[in-house]
Amino acid sequence: MPKLTLEELAKVREQARKKTHLREGGEVRAKVTVHMGTCGIAAGARTIMSTLLSEIESRDVRDVQVTNSGCAGLCSREPMITVELAGEAPVKYVDLNPDKMKTIFAEHVLGGKIVAKYALGIGSEKTDFPKE
Amino acid sequence: MPEKHAETAHRLHLMVCAGTACVSNHSFAIKDALEKEIRKHGLENEVLVVTTGCNGFCERGPLLVVQPGNIFYQQLTVKDIPHLVEEHFLKGRPVSRLMYTPPKEKKPVPVLSDIDFFKKQVLIALRNRGLIDPEKIEESIARDGYKAMAKALTEMTPAQIIMEIKQSGLRGRGGAGFPTGLKWEMVRNAVSTNGGGKYLICNGDEGDPGAFMDRSILEADPHSVIEGMVIGAKAVGATEGVLYVRNEYPLAVKRLQIALAQAREYGLLGEDILGTKFSFDIKVHRGAGAFVCGEETALIASIEGRLGEPRPRPPYPAQSGLYGRPTLINNVETWANVPVIIDRGSSWFSSIGTETSKGTKVFSLVGKINNTGLVEVPMGITLREIIYDIGGGIPGGKAFKAVQTGGPSGGCIPADMIDLPIDYESLSQAGSMMGSGGMVVMDEDTCMVDVARYFLSFTKDESCGKCTPCREGTKIMFDILTRICEGRGTEADLELLESLAPSIKDSALCGLGKTAPNPVLTTLRYFRSEYEAHIRDKKCPAHVCRQLNTYTIDEKICLEAGHGCDVCRRNCASDAIRGEKNTAHSINQDKCIKCGVCLDVCKFHAVKVE
Repeated sequence: MPKLTLEELAKVREQARKKTHLREGGEVRAKVTVHMGTCGIAAGARTIMSTLLSEIESRDVRDVQVTNSGCAGLCSREPMITVELAGEAPVKYVDLNPDKMKTIFAEHVLGGKIVAKYALGIGSEKTDFPKE
Repeated sequence: MPEKHAETAHRLHLMVCAGTACVSNHSFAIKDALEKEIRKHGLENEVLVVTTGCNGFCERGPLLVVQPGNIFYQQLTVKDIPHLVEEHFLKGRPVSRLMYTPPKEKKPVPVLSDIDFFKKQVLIALRNRGLIDPEKIEESIARDGYKAMAKALTEMTPAQIIMEIKQSGLRGRGGAGFPTGLKWEMVRNAVSTNGGGKYLICNGDEGDPGAFMDRSILEADPHSVIEGMVIGAKAVGATEGVLYVRNEYPLAVKRLQIALAQAREYGLLGEDILGTKFSFDIKVHRGAGAFVCGEETALIASIEGRLGEPRPRPPYPAQSGLYGRPTLINNVETWANVPVIIDRGSSWFSSIGTETSKGTKVFSLVGKINNTGLVEVPMGITLREIIYDIGGGIPGGKAFKAVQTGGPSGGCIPADMIDLPIDYESLSQAGSMMGSGGMVVMDEDTCMVDVARYFLSFTKDESCGKCTPCREGTKIMFDILTRICEGRGTEADLELLESLAPSIKDSALCGLGKTAPNPVLTTLRYFRSEYEAHIRDKKCPAHVCRQLNTYTIDEKICLEAGHGCDVCRRNCASDAIRGEKNTAHSINQDKCIKCGVCLDVCKFHAVKVE
């Protein structure tokens, strides 16, 4: 490891923050849930997840939370995701592939506009912490 | 594609506490189990396991905090992990069974920041608590580590640094509360008489029973201490530093050595730091664990390879310290505060706290309290807030009796002073002291004479023996207290204690002897009636001093509940119990040696103590 200069220290800080910003809390713009039941995984949900994570990383987005859930109950339309913008109703997307995922990420998650052609509908089962 | 991102694009970070308390509760086994289950489910590119320093809520360890979301899991066992990984990390359903449920409540509190223990805390010295892996310098840098150092080295003059520390109002966190900026200025202005440079020391010789603040800081965030020291070195013009740590703190020593090596590799320590031409390096000195070595002159003697004994001051270490050179010595927590003051400014720091005591203080909260752990609170917070809001009150529905602050050098503050705001002045007016931050909570079952005796037995053993008042005085006070506890005390003993204690305080050589009488003086001041009960009535009101107890057996309970189970008779060492199976038992007081075994073994509460 070469010795750092002042500028390099700032660079190391920025690089390191990319890896640790998840821990810092703060406002979340959107929550994306990838449905990863056996059916989802078999249909390619893993690729959807890694596409999503790499989009977040390459664009250095720090306020989108990624979570997953089990089977959403509509196994024939997997892979599926649910996009929940802060303060808005969740939207479900079906029959996904990496390209569709990228479009949804750019237009809906970041742009705030629902991609109607890939959407199943508005509304979702609750993925929050159970009440009791 | 996943391979490319294996290093970075995780969606969850699992922050496993690896402070000493959680480690001894097998948190490394939890970490291994987590990693194994995560691999089993193919989540290794999505979920990252991080080991952090002490989270603070030691009572509930081993601990795991899930980020983002700040979900707090506690008292985990390896058995819980497969279920947890499958439910929460694979299926996205947090497991409420493993969350924290406050005493007397039924619903768990999932989010860490909603838990009472954490709510009232303000983190400065512990700012990176639970958020970084202490063995990875990058994680510290991500949390602004070495940013203040860079500022101090490139933008500030030594005078400006000292002015900033002075204006912040920071006072030494090791015990005496000396203004830090003033001390720095003294070292800055001191001229080395033997031609060498100046030294800088971090005092990590934490020896109070029940105190673990410094250990936790060194284990959880060693870089904050190193950074503080480099800033101090620039301010006073020191080129060499020593980190004095007890050898009983192996994890702290290990993490410090890793941190020092990483800082050197990055050029943040050693020659020409950050290309600024300023050079400073630190070595770790492991102490053998003598309490008196926390005293600065004894600590310096110990580093020099001499017997760990204090010497008269002046000259103060600021004039003539390590190897006779001007030496700046501050405590671990003080050093950890320094970077934040430089980074955020003295006016921000001094906005926290009271008129005379600025900032925060870390306390290790132990004893008869529900939430044992490490807390950092703003100065001026009341004892009530610490004990009831953060500490969750006294377990088992018992009454709060007193709190001991400042370790063996401190005093006991009684229950009716529970609204006392905590700062250096209020604690010393109450006869106690801030000390390094030990806080031992006592309930109604505590005998205050016995407590004073316990602390005196500690200081008596730890007295180095160099000066007579401490060597002989602590021994005599201990003997008097022992007499009183055994029912052989007289009224004259109280007078003797009252005249002896102040003269030891006045005449002892160092802080150890000067403060050793404090537990006696405060218990006499606030709990005099307990001393009198021991002396006049030959009774211990809390039933702790067994020699003063009378043990009897309630024959009705013995026969009806226990059917004369005979366990007490078989365990009695002095054949003092009469009776046989299925008959009521009784104690022959002439033979009874008051060992209390019958009380301990009786399952039916038939043995009574008065």
